This record gives sequence, structure tokens and C-alpha cells, in this order.
Amino acid sequence: MGKEKIQINEEFWDIMPEDYRDLVTHATYGKPDRGWKDVGSSTELIAEHSLCAGCPESIAFRHILASIPAPEDTVMVGSTGCTSLVFPMVAIHNIHSLFGNQNAIATGLKRALAVRFPDKNKDVIVLAGDGATVDIGLDMTLQSWFRGERFTTICFDNELYANTGGQESGLMQKGFVAKMAPVGKKFEKVRLPEIARESGCAYVAVLTTSKPSLVERVVRQAVLIAREIGPTYLQIYTPCILEIGKQSMEGLQEMRDAEAAGERFKFREFVTPEAQAFIDDMAAKKKAEKLAATAPSAN
Amino acid sequence: MGNYEGNGIPPIGSVNKKGQVYTDPNELFFLSPRTQAFLTGSEVIKEAVKRASVDFSVAYPITPQSEASSLVGELYADGYVGDYMRGESEFAVMGQCAGGAFGGARVFTTTAGPGTLRAFENFPMWAGSRLPIQVVFTVRGVNSPLSIQPDTLEIAFMLETGMLLWHAETAQDLYDYILKGYIVAEKPEVHLPIGVICDGFFVTHTKDMVMLTPENKVLPHYNPYASPVTCMDMESPPVRLMRDPFVMKSNYISYMTHASWQLEIRAAIERSRKHTIQLLDGLIEVENPDADILIVGSGTAVSQGREAIRLFRDQGMKVGLVKIKTIRPFPYEEIKQATKNAQHIFVPEFNIAGWLAREIKATIERNERVIAGPHVAGGMTMPPEVIVEEIEKSLALRGKKEVIHG
Repeated sequence: MGKEKIQINEEFWDIMPEDYRDLVTHATYGKPDRGWKDVGSSTELIAEHSLCAGCPESIAFRHILASIPAPEDTVMVGSTGCTSLVFPMVAIHNIHSLFGNQNAIATGLKRALAVRFPDKNKDVIVLAGDGATVDIGLDMTLQSWFRGERFTTICFDNELYANTGGQESGLMQKGFVAKMAPVGKKFEKVRLPEIARESGCAYVAVLTTSKPSLVERVVRQAVLIAREIGPTYLQIYTPCILEIGKQSMEGLQEMRDAEAAGERFKFREFVTPEAQAFIDDMAAKKKAEKLAATAPSAN
Repeated sequence: MGNYEGNGIPPIGSVNKKGQVYTDPNELFFLSPRTQAFLTGSEVIKEAVKRASVDFSVAYPITPQSEASSLVGELYADGYVGDYMRGESEFAVMGQCAGGAFGGARVFTTTAGPGTLRAFENFPMWAGSRLPIQVVFTVRGVNSPLSIQPDTLEIAFMLETGMLLWHAETAQDLYDYILKGYIVAEKPEVHLPIGVICDGFFVTHTKDMVMLTPENKVLPHYNPYASPVTCMDMESPPVRLMRDPFVMKSNYISYMTHASWQLEIRAAIERSRKHTIQLLDGLIEVENPDADILIVGSGTAVSQGREAIRLFRDQGMKVGLVKIKTIRPFPYEEIKQATKNAQHIFVPEFNIAGWLAREIKATIERNERVIAGPHVAGGMTMPPEVIVEEIEKSLALRGKKEVIHG
């Protein structure tokens, strides 16, 4: 969708919601270097949210939405959980249908958009919690990867069911005492990144949302690789400060602790050779562009 | 069907990549010459889908629809269907169908029995999301121990999903309902999913004479921009839906929003009536409406009822028939009218629950006239003699034996 489609008739300018005026005046649509630095100056994709104060998920939302390469042609698929409280306030077409079926929805959506717009890139991004991705929706998560569906799956891993009040999930750490795990969780955190690698994902990354520049790089790569090569998976730690007994201001430190050397969210990537070649090619092109821009003119 | 110009939707009169012409529905259904073919129900599904301008279809094996969904795959291989895939379970299949419909595609799928129940959570979601997906239910048993046999019990589960439900009696109905179903389901004021139901095996696996519309004429392309809700393709401004998602609010506005949306889905079903009446020539069909004894049914029970009427006729007895074509919307007024003179109303069904008899009892006055039966289940056939016997036995019990033997 081009920027011309979001314009407002002058006569209606004053009665349009501020959010929408912001979309028209500040939209980063079509801007090739859009990224996390736009957060704050450009709030057209997300301004407010209804999550708990200081929730790292809200930060992750901002960083991700600032980083996706082509919001004007991106459709997102969510699932039930805390993310479904945010999506109604996201100015990108997004679908909530049921709990756990997000990768099935994305499969049909991506294929429909490919049939309807054969000459256009329409990116599809799934964004769901760990219960949706790993427990109730695992079958559809994996099957979409087996089939090589061309979209990105992002899991907001808070290691429990947050929205229903802190129950055990498959991505919870072993031994953690929670609702429905009254004597501590009895099995290990499911190794979904490794499973993703073995299931056909071209690109997998595990990270927290503490470093916006890293989120930007990883999200951009994941979406572009999904567009050109095959499925991609990001697992991002978005701790539920409420359920792990932290204060509003402690989310960032919690993420930093969890990404320290040897910790479970230490940044790691799995990249197929084909995806790596694509990343290298992108980097080379960017370098060449920079050089061309800074090089003295030929005459 | 509105004006497609300027939004990328091919107009009526243009040609698809297989050389088929997008044709006005009324011309296609009522004015185009038809040719006769002798086909199984599964093959009829293929022939209908070939003319339905389907963008996306998802398949999953389950008896007795496996052949039909494989044949749709052949259509895809030949270029008649935009995209096609095998899902991993019916729950996933119906999600994939939803994704396709959210993205503006015309979607087709088939399922049966246990598949219907496994997929179940999707159906009210489809209706609530106003996705005009078509699913053909080739109904079969859902009981345990495992059965793959014909049984119409699964329809009872579908009644309050918010979907349109049409029940085909014959292969001809099946063909026409698939094509006409899209036209009604996609009307902007309807825009709901539709289940076209046929009785597994009896229709899918038997051959029947069918009058087909021309192979080179197809339904108009679906126009997702005539939908009452936004097509999720980022081709329209992405307005934020709301500040406070209703899902989390325990207040009257939230309750009212959800309640009114449920009412709207039911109102949309009601709004489908006028279009359905026009395309199906009424929601019911009546034979001998002035008879004392009426057989009221849907699906292949109607065919068996027709045979029972013939047996009675041979005995010099006049028995009437009401064929119900649409289960949702339910033809309340039509059934009231058609049954007003009858003294005894029999409802033969291929299930043990008698859900259709319950619907009729809830519809008509003096509902003690309704006799729920005969019922067969678990794969049993219903020879017309069974219907005759049920009627004779019930009337004898009612002290009306003289009606039968004059």
C-alpha cells in the first residue's frame, strides 16, 4: 500500500484522530532506513499500550514495529495472551482469531496474499506468546516450518502464561514454582530454537529486547529472509515482571541478567548457508551504497 | 455484484488464465445451457469448484471426503485453483482457510464427521470474523467405537455456529449449492461462512445424473473490498481498532458489544433469506401439501421419503412431502405454512438424536403432530419400507389405522 492511500481529505483533517494524523505526517512507510531510532519521533504504528507499567513486552513491540522493513505491506498475526491486548492499538493490519492457531492463519494469509499480489512483496509476521507458540500451537508452529512457509514467527517468551495469571508453560525454566506447577516445573525449558533449526527455519535468533539495535538487525533480517528464502524464528525474552516478582523499573535489568554469558537468553543465531549468503549480500550492497554516497563525484 | 473496476478485481466478461469467462451469476445459473453428466458426488464437487473461481483450497484426508479434496488438488495442478495445500489437522486446515479469507481469497475446503468436530472452534470464529469460506461437509458418524459410516449427527453440532447451512439431497443439489452458496455467502449484507452439507457415501460415492453449467463460464471473482469488515491485506489504511480491547473489560459496554455482534451474525443469516429464496427457488420444496400425512426431511432422507410416498400411492394413499433445503437460515414460516393442514408429520433422519424433528417441533403450532422418526444411525440405510412401517405403526398407535386402510 502506498502512502497516497492514507492521506486525509483536507476538510476532515481536524476531526481525524490524532493517531491517524500522526500516521499521515510521520509515517515511516517506504523509508528504507527506518529503525529503532524512529521510536519516539514516529509513533504512527504504536503509541499507547494497555500492558502493565514497565512491561518489557511493550518495549519489544516498539522496537519490532520500528524495525520491520515494510510496514506498508506487512500483515501481522497474533494469538491470545498479553499481545492480544496490544494489537488493537497497532496500526498495521493484524489478525486475532483463536489461541494457538497463529501459524495456520499465517500460512493461509501468506498464500492468499501471494495469489492476490503476485508482483508485490507482502510480508507476514506472527507475534505470539510462548504458550501459543510452544504449547497449544506447537503442532501448527512446527508444521509451518516443515512446509517452508515464507513468514516470520516471533515468540515473546516470558516463560509462563502471563495473561491468565502466571501458570506453567513449556518454555518455563525447570524447577520454577508457578500456578499449575505447585512443586516446581518438572521438565526442562523446551529447546524451541534448536527444534526450529532442525525443522527447516532458515534463520533463528534468541535474544532479549534490551538492545534496540540488535532487535532491529535481527527483525529486519528475519523478515527479509522469510520473504526470499524460508521460515524464520525469533525468540525474544520479555519477562513478566508481575509474575516473577519484579518492580516496573526492573525489567531491563532482568533482561540484561538473562542474556549474560552462560544464561538462557545469551544471544545466539542459527543461519543456514543460503540465508548467510543473503545476509552477506545485503551487507555488501549497503556498503556499496554508502561508498557511492560518500565517494567524490567523478567530475 | 457491484463494480469491480479499479481495485484489481477482474470484471465480469473478462477471462481467467484458463480461458474461462467471469460470468454474471444469474446468467450462469439460469440462462446458460446445461449438459448432462453421470458423476459421483466427489466428482461433482470437482466440477463445481472448477467453475467457482476459487483462490485457495486446503485439504486433509478423512473419509468420505478424501476423494473430493484430492480432486480439487488436481484442479490446482491444472491451474483452476490459485493455491492448494494439505493441512496437518482439521483444526489447522480451518485456520489456514481463515488466514486465506482474512487475506481476501475465495476459499474452499471439505471435511466430515470427526474432522468437523476437531475443527469446531474455528466455525464460530469464521462467522464472527465474517469470513465467507465454503466448506462441504460430507457428513458421517462421529461416535465411538470408530465409524466411518453415513450419519447426519454432526449437523446438530453446527446449528448455532453462525454459519449458513444448506443440505443437499442429490448430486445436482450439491453442484448448484456449491456455486450458489458463494454468491449468497459473499453478499456484503450476509458475508458469512457457508457449510454445504451432503450425506457421506450416499451422495459422495454414488453416481447420479447431473446437469452441469458450461465449463468455460465461472463465478465472478470474489471482491474482498465489498466485505463489511476490513480485508487484512494492508491495501486500506490500518486504523487502530480501539484504545481498550474489549476482551479484558468487565463492563456493560464490553458485554453490549459482544452481545450485539452475536445478534448481528444472526441478523446476517436472516438477511441471506431473500438471496437464497431467489437462487434456490425457495428454502423448501413441497409435494402434495394438502395431504393429511406429511414427510418432512432434509438431505437423502428426502429421497427416501419420495420413495415411501410412491409406495403409499401404490396403496391408494396420498402422503405429502416437505424438503428442507436450508437448515440455516431455517425456513420457519415456510414450514409453518406447508404443515398447517397436516395431521401427522413424520421426520425421517439418518441420526439417532432427531435434531431436525426438534427444530420442526420448535417451529410449528400443535407440535404433537410431529413424530420424530424413523431414525437410522451408525451407517444403516433407510429403505422406504422403513418409513412406511414407521408411519403405519405410529398411526396405529394413534388409533388412526383406518386412515391408512381407508
